[in-house]
Order: sequence, then structure tokens, then C-alpha cells
Amino acid sequence: MSALIEVKNLTLKFRTDEGLVTAVDDVSFTIDKGQVMGLVGESGSGKSVTAKALMHLNAKNAVYSPESKITLHTENGPVDVLSLKTARELKVVRGGAISMIFQEPMASFAPAITIGDQMVEQLQLHGDLSKAKAKAISVEMLDRVGISDPARRFDQYAFELSGGMRQRAMIAMALSTKPKLLIADEPTTALDVTIQAQVIDLMKDLVTEFHMGIIFITHDLGVIAQTADKVAVKYLGRIVEEGPVREVIRNPKHPYTQGLLAALPKLDDLDAPLTPVAGDIPSPLERPSGCVFHTRCPKIIGDVCKSKLPHDTQVDGSHRVACHLHTEVPA
Amino acid sequence: MSETLIKARDLSVGFKIGSGFFGKSILKAVDHVDIDIEKGSFFGLVGESGSGKTTLGRALLKAVPITGGTAHYADGEVDYDLTTLAGPELKDYRKRAQLIFQDPYAALSPRMTVRDIIAEPLEVMGLTKTREETDARVREIAAKCRLNLEHLRRFPHAFSGGQRQRISIARALVSGPKFVVADESVAALDVSIQADVLNLLKELQRDLKITFLFISHDLSVVAHTCDHLAVMYLGRLVESAPTREVFKAPRHPYTKALFSAIPSLDPDDRGSAQKLEGEIPSPTNQPPGCKFHTRCPFVVDRCKVEEPVLEHPGDGHEVACHRWRELADTLAA
Repeated sequence: MSALIEVKNLTLKFRTDEGLVTAVDDVSFTIDKGQVMGLVGESGSGKSVTAKALMHLNAKNAVYSPESKITLHTENGPVDVLSLKTARELKVVRGGAISMIFQEPMASFAPAITIGDQMVEQLQLHGDLSKAKAKAISVEMLDRVGISDPARRFDQYAFELSGGMRQRAMIAMALSTKPKLLIADEPTTALDVTIQAQVIDLMKDLVTEFHMGIIFITHDLGVIAQTADKVAVKYLGRIVEEGPVREVIRNPKHPYTQGLLAALPKLDDLDAPLTPVAGDIPSPLERPSGCVFHTRCPKIIGDVCKSKLPHDTQVDGSHRVACHLHTEVPA
Repeated sequence: MSETLIKARDLSVGFKIGSGFFGKSILKAVDHVDIDIEKGSFFGLVGESGSGKTTLGRALLKAVPITGGTAHYADGEVDYDLTTLAGPELKDYRKRAQLIFQDPYAALSPRMTVRDIIAEPLEVMGLTKTREETDARVREIAAKCRLNLEHLRRFPHAFSGGQRQRISIARALVSGPKFVVADESVAALDVSIQADVLNLLKELQRDLKITFLFISHDLSVVAHTCDHLAVMYLGRLVESAPTREVFKAPRHPYTKALFSAIPSLDPDDRGSAQKLEGEIPSPTNQPPGCKFHTRCPFVVDRCKVEEPVLEHPGDGHEVACHRWRELADTLAA
């Protein structure tokens, strides 16, 4: 497997009236071609901000630390994403090598332009295509994602489609430029379970067919278990645990990951009490010292958690965790 | 035998839409539904978007007009016919029946302090006479919803999703309702916080003897909180039974499909589930016969012409499907 995108020491703060707010803190990961990485965490854990950084899409008040580095490997060699400045330079990543699908498909389509015109527009932006050719590709793509009567849908507006259909159209649009990496930001959260199951199936088929890398952002570990090869768990901007999906779900090491799994309602045991992760996620303005999770951690060891930032420890193969419970050398 | 708090028979809610050449057409959002909600129960109502579950909940709160059938509310103190309720009685019903909204970000006014948000229903309904009385009541309910005094002085923007939902709950409960409709109250929350809010609702149900109608599209959440489960599809009730019965042996193919669609936490169990094809048909253009026949894997000719009625087999497990007896073993597997 060759690396598709490498993220190293990504730290990102937002300049606000109340001071610098840390959204992403020293995050590193690699995604290979054809690999699906799940990114899990609560609201406010910096999942979306991390994903947007890959396309340099964050708002103007974003400040990247000098150590931050994002390298995208393309056919024409590696691209240093964070050094790209102008819209022209950024076209390589935005909608070119990287596409993104969003949680709310209704908000992502322009309401007064037909689905077809929007698809054609972006195809023509990224390639030297005639309108007829672009339309042919778009209709084919709509057909590919399971939209019936694609030629008719091509001329419809977003409001004329149902929720599941819109999300399919969104996926078709994102994939029509043949991206190397697809960022799916909570693509199934707004959908019914039945439609969610269909969209998950569709995405799995597409990975096999197009052999692209996917970052799947969600707070639903069930969805991750069904789609991802590996998973990174985020809390307050830091990756606290990362590893192959089987390892992390069956053998979670970080108390936060364990908490997330315990909080899920399980169908095989209806009597099991629901155990929430105690407490509320701290405000990003009041980041805890030491381990960021120590204010809610049920397994806190002592002062070391409050004062010292735990660094990554290799558990087993590519499974790593950042927790003082695992940094101590066993006697 | 426990008492019934809400009893609806043949309940329908229709909306007039359009005004074409052939006159107005009617969108049937809730179509001849029979429902009994026992006092003190946690009653779950599930279905996809467009199944009419929200409209049914609102009809029982008298927030949308009931266009057919009957609905009664009886809590031991009062006995109201919801189809004709008006005037001072309707005002009184508003104290007894409340709604918790889905989105805690949209439901709270950003310009009011948490104290004012929770106190507003008391002031509007004239339930308290003095400011001291209001404050005492607000503090009492806030404590029950695990909000402290410090929280009451702040504005909603300072709170996380879970805290905001606790504020919405406190606001709904401040008038001391007996019946609360919780419409997708945890859908917008993270799993870690979802469990916390669900536990709180259960606790309030026990302590304050509230009857909940819990509307959700997430069967795993419903399974863990509700005593009774009713499944809706295109305005119809297709299955209704104690939660455990439904989980042990669903009788309607749609219920089975909803279970199958829940993503399994086992990474090695990918794609084994039976998936439902297609989407829920538009309520303005409903299929003839059984409403579910266009997506049902067990469809036969009879389903396409004759609509099944909700059967009451006597074991409390009601179902509307022509083939439920012969499919029982298949669906329970």
C-alpha cells in the first residue's frame, strides 16, 4: 500500500475575540490508497476542522502551527497542501484530488440551480470538457449511485429529491471528478436507518470500484464498524487512540473509547444500563491541562494525568493510544 | 390492570394541499390509527421520516387539528375529549401535556437566560403568582434536570448539546405535565450524551410519574428506554406490542427491516443484514393495498389490492400484515 495523504503534527487554532482557540492539537495520521479511515468523536472534538484542513478550507481566522504538514501524493508528485495559497493552486486539492460530502445534502446544493447544472459546472472547472461530455459523465454517475431515471433527475432541483436521493446525488457529484480522497462528513447522520444502510452499501461498493481513500467522519461507532479499515478517536482536538477497526472496537485501550462503546445502546442485551461518558465536554476556551480527557476520565491515575500530556504508546502493531495507563513501563 | 391515559380510535389527521382544477387534495399524514398509552409508561413510536409519527404526537397534544376518529385523555383528575377540547379546558390541557423538541440548538432563545427560558411557561400560563414562587419552582425543576444555580444565570450559547437538552426538558416539565411527547429528543446528540439524556428521562418518568410518548427513528434507543413500541409506516400503525415482544419476534416485515438496518458493531458482520430497497412512498401518492407492499420482500398479489387491518391476536402483540402468521418463524429468526 502506498500513502495517499500524510498528516504530520497538525495543530490548528482559531483567532477569536476571546483569544486563540485550539481546534486541532498535534494530529498525525496517514491514509493509504483504497483505505477507509473512520474519524470518531463528540461534537467539538475537531473532526470536521481536521478534514477541512486537508483541503485548506478553514476560515480565514485559522492559524496553523509551523510544524503542521499535510502532504498529498498525486501522480505529479507530492503536494504540500498547506503551502498552497491562491484559489488557482488550490484547485489541485479542492474538488480535484479531494472531494467532500456533507451532512446536510439540502444545504449543499444551490436551491435555484438544477442538480445537473451544478454537476456540469464543477466538471468543467476541473477538466477540459465539453458541456455534452460533462453531462454524459454526470448522468452516468447518477446512474452509478443508484438513482433511477438519471436523465430526468439531471434536470431537477434539489428540493424535488427525497433525503436519501439527495445524498446519493451529492455522492455522485463528489465522485464525478474522480477524486483520490473522499471526505465524508457525517454523510448518513441526517438519514433514516434504512436509507443509511443503503448509503453505507453504496460507499463500500464505490471504494472497491474507484480504489480511493475515504475519511469517514461520524459519531456512530456502528457505522465505523461497518465501513472503516482503521479508526482514529478524537477528543478535544487530539487523537487519543488509533488502530485497525477490529482492534479498536474489540479491544479499546483508551478510557474515552471504552466510554463511547459503553454508551451505545446494545441490541443483544436490553437490560444492560446505558452508561454515558460522565460530565460534559469542556469548552475549548478552558482546555484542561495534562491529558485533555482527565476531567471526565473514570480511570484517572493521579496528578500525572492532570499535569502531563500522555504521548502515543504502541499497543500492538499499528494500534496506538495516548493514555498514562499505558505509558508506564510494566514492572 | 393499569389505566389508559391516552386512548385514540380511528384517529386521522389530514392536511389540505394544493388547489388544482379538480379541487383540493388531502394528504393523510395519520390514517385511522388506534393507540392506547398506559399511564406511567414509556411509549415508543418509531418509523422513517414521512411515516406520520411526529404528526400523531402533535395531534395528541392538540397542536394539529384531528380530522377524523376520536382521542381521549384521562389522568384521573380530568377526562378530555381531544377532538372537541376548547377554551379553558384546552388551556388546562396545555399544562398537562407538553412537548420536548428535537433540536436543542434551535429550541432555546439565545436572548433569554436559562432561568427565563424555564420560567416562561409558568408566566404565560399564570401558574405562579409571585416572582419568588416562580424562582422556587424553576430551581426545583432545574435541580431535577441536573442544572445548578450557576447555570440559570447564563445564556444558552454557553452550553453543550447535552446541557441544552436538559434545559429544554426542564422547560417542558416546569408546568408539571402528566403527558410529555419527546420528539426525537436525542437524535441530535452524541452517543456519549444521548445515554445521559435517556437516563434522565427515565428517572423523571419514575420520580414525577410522567407518561412519555417517545418518538424516534432509532430502534436501538427505543429498545433501551421504552416499555411499549408502536411502529408506523405511511400514516398507518403496522405493529404495536411490549418492546421485548417486538424484539424477540417482530411480526411485521417492516419492523424486521428496521432492525436489520441498524449498523452492527461487529466489523466481521458486514452486509449480512437484510436491506430494505427503495424509499418510503410520498404520502400524496400512496400505493393501493398494503402501504408497504412496494418495498416488502414477502409481497404477494393480495397485498397489492387489499389493505390489511391491525389485528389483535389476544396476546397484546398487534400487527397489520396479511401474512404475519405464516411469516412468524422467518421474521423471528
